[in-house]
Amino acid sequence: MKLTRRTFFKFMGVAGVSATGLAPAAHAWESKAPPDPYGCLVDLTRCVGCRKCEEACSTVNKLPAPERPNCQCTIFEKKRRPDDKAFTVVNRYFTGRLDEFDKPLPTFAKVQCMHCQDPACVSACIVGALSKDETGAVHYDVNKCIGCRYCMVACPFEIPAYEYRDPITPRVRKCTFCYDRIKKDGGLPGCVTICPTEALTFGRRETVLTLAHKRLKENPGKYIQQVYGEKEVGGTSWLYISSVPFDQVNLPVLPETPSPKLSETLQHSLFSYLWSPIALFGVLGVFMAKSNKAKDNHPQHKGGA
Amino acid sequence: MKHKASPLNKKFWTPGVLVMLVFMAAGTVSIVARFTGGIGYVTNLSNARPWGLWVGVDVATGVALAAGGFTTAALAHIFGRHYYEPITRPALLTAVLGYTFVVLGLLVDIGRSWAIWKPIFYWNTNSVLFEVAMCVMVYLNVLYLEFFPIIAEQFKGKVRLPGLLSPLNSLVEGILKIGDAILGKTMWIFIILGVVLSCMHQSSLGSLMLVAPTKLHPLWYTPILPLLFLTSAFAVGYPMVVFETTLATTSFKLDDEMNILSPLTKITIFLLGIYMFLKLGDMFYRGTYVYLLDGTHQTNSFIIELLFGVMIPWVMLLFEKVRKSRRGIFTAAALIVGGVVLNRINVFIVGYKPPLAENTYFPAPGEILVTLGLIATLMFIYRFAVTFLPVLQESKEVSL
Repeated sequence: MKLTRRTFFKFMGVAGVSATGLAPAAHAWESKAPPDPYGCLVDLTRCVGCRKCEEACSTVNKLPAPERPNCQCTIFEKKRRPDDKAFTVVNRYFTGRLDEFDKPLPTFAKVQCMHCQDPACVSACIVGALSKDETGAVHYDVNKCIGCRYCMVACPFEIPAYEYRDPITPRVRKCTFCYDRIKKDGGLPGCVTICPTEALTFGRRETVLTLAHKRLKENPGKYIQQVYGEKEVGGTSWLYISSVPFDQVNLPVLPETPSPKLSETLQHSLFSYLWSPIALFGVLGVFMAKSNKAKDNHPQHKGGA
Repeated sequence: MKHKASPLNKKFWTPGVLVMLVFMAAGTVSIVARFTGGIGYVTNLSNARPWGLWVGVDVATGVALAAGGFTTAALAHIFGRHYYEPITRPALLTAVLGYTFVVLGLLVDIGRSWAIWKPIFYWNTNSVLFEVAMCVMVYLNVLYLEFFPIIAEQFKGKVRLPGLLSPLNSLVEGILKIGDAILGKTMWIFIILGVVLSCMHQSSLGSLMLVAPTKLHPLWYTPILPLLFLTSAFAVGYPMVVFETTLATTSFKLDDEMNILSPLTKITIFLLGIYMFLKLGDMFYRGTYVYLLDGTHQTNSFIIELLFGVMIPWVMLLFEKVRKSRRGIFTAAALIVGGVVLNRINVFIVGYKPPLAENTYFPAPGEILVTLGLIATLMFIYRFAVTFLPVLQESKEVSL
């Protein structure tokens, strides 16, 4: 642990220059959303709970058949979540709405990856295995994944699922937005192709968002006047409109700030060009040089920090 | 008193060591089960609860409790308080072992253990975890380099490998000699680098949760979470040294080193004070004290953390009578260490509440066995190292 004054100042010169030269002007955080992504509108007032979308999803993505595919009754008794074998599931909610005979009316809600405009999972992923492509799909590349599951911690919709029973090569599993289908002209996600009630509308996000607002405007009594996913966590590719409050169908109340904004702003203002570690190195170096100088009169202690 | 560390000439196989072996064996069984049946076979982790005991304790707490390494190095070598040098070696050993076991814990926890090298080539600089991983990786190597002179001191000039390996004697001798010479000149770089890297990833461990504002309980979710993680790492460094030195000197019947530990606790008043000020200030500034009386287990866990892990030991240390008593500083140090352990558990496990899925999490026996097994292995190697390497101060007793 010897630090001569000459080597020290040589080093500090370099550190000092790089620290002051590279210290970045604090850049404001900017959305990294693609310019014209696809979107999909889910109109909960049209969904009848036939679960055909589950079946189409399984076929297209080569997943096991949905649990009891033809059941439209008892299957709804438990609330299901998407998992490693089902990328989308439909749940039934009784929210207190009654029909003309005072019988409770169900609301059905399909749930899948929302394909956020600025996804928390993409920001979190240690190796960049998750990415938002130009179609708007949040894409998972298993070849980069190390299985840290930080994406699952980060996701505000609790979507990514894990193959917990695979000991060596488990994958993160979630809705793909059928990106290899939608990137072709006229391609549709599996679920959209099959929906018999047109509860699902696929198109450019801007277009389906306009359509959603049109429906809200034309049927003011029917719909809650909000498009879920327009602003939630900075916006999502999947959008929902409904006649019952969204939190009653397990769509969480979320802030409008994109999830990655705070941590990315913090990380980049602290660590871009490593300015703060370099500056800290310099400051500590000054202290060390001073204390070593004072020690020069005393016998040296050797090694073993 | 002159600083002279030396191997302890004590019996290695004691009943305590045998108990460690039992835990190590149980942990091994559980790890074998994890690598044959999958993570889901031995843990209670789920899609809603992807991180549990292994991340909360083995990784996050392991990193926090290894803070003694960089805080003592900063004190003795950078700020020139050479009086404290005798404690730098045991603290360094704790850090070396602590971080080694953080990586071992990660290897068990991540789904594709064999792919752990991938972050070196696939960078996501937006990811807090990427920065943490890079820092931990470099820091672990820095720690090994810092520890190298201790091994060189013990074996340089007397390498006698047995039997078949004996032709390698001169090679090993050369490595020790050259390595020691190079490190003697460059050690200052690694000492400063170690402190810088520690500041970076200790704070960033707190930033990990900032990406999930709707999942972490507001008592812990704050934009200054990284600052709280950093200041609590500063604060827990010396108490951890007090805690383990007292245990080691009691176990090995060595000089109790009160003359060094007692003044360390005085610095702790200042460091723990900063952490307490920030933690309380944050609570009042954000108004999260409204949760304090709601009686949920999360709130209760927060109160225990703050009261027993921060405020009570801080007040205790204000009294000179406590600081001069071996039992007093040990109790205060144990409370502070416990407080930081509970804080990391609270942030990563107790305070983490996914709002959608109905889910409760308590670690499965398999998870607990792995964690206990790793801790037992760490203690086993610590004991092995201080028995055969010059880490602890020579005993004042006449050795047999």
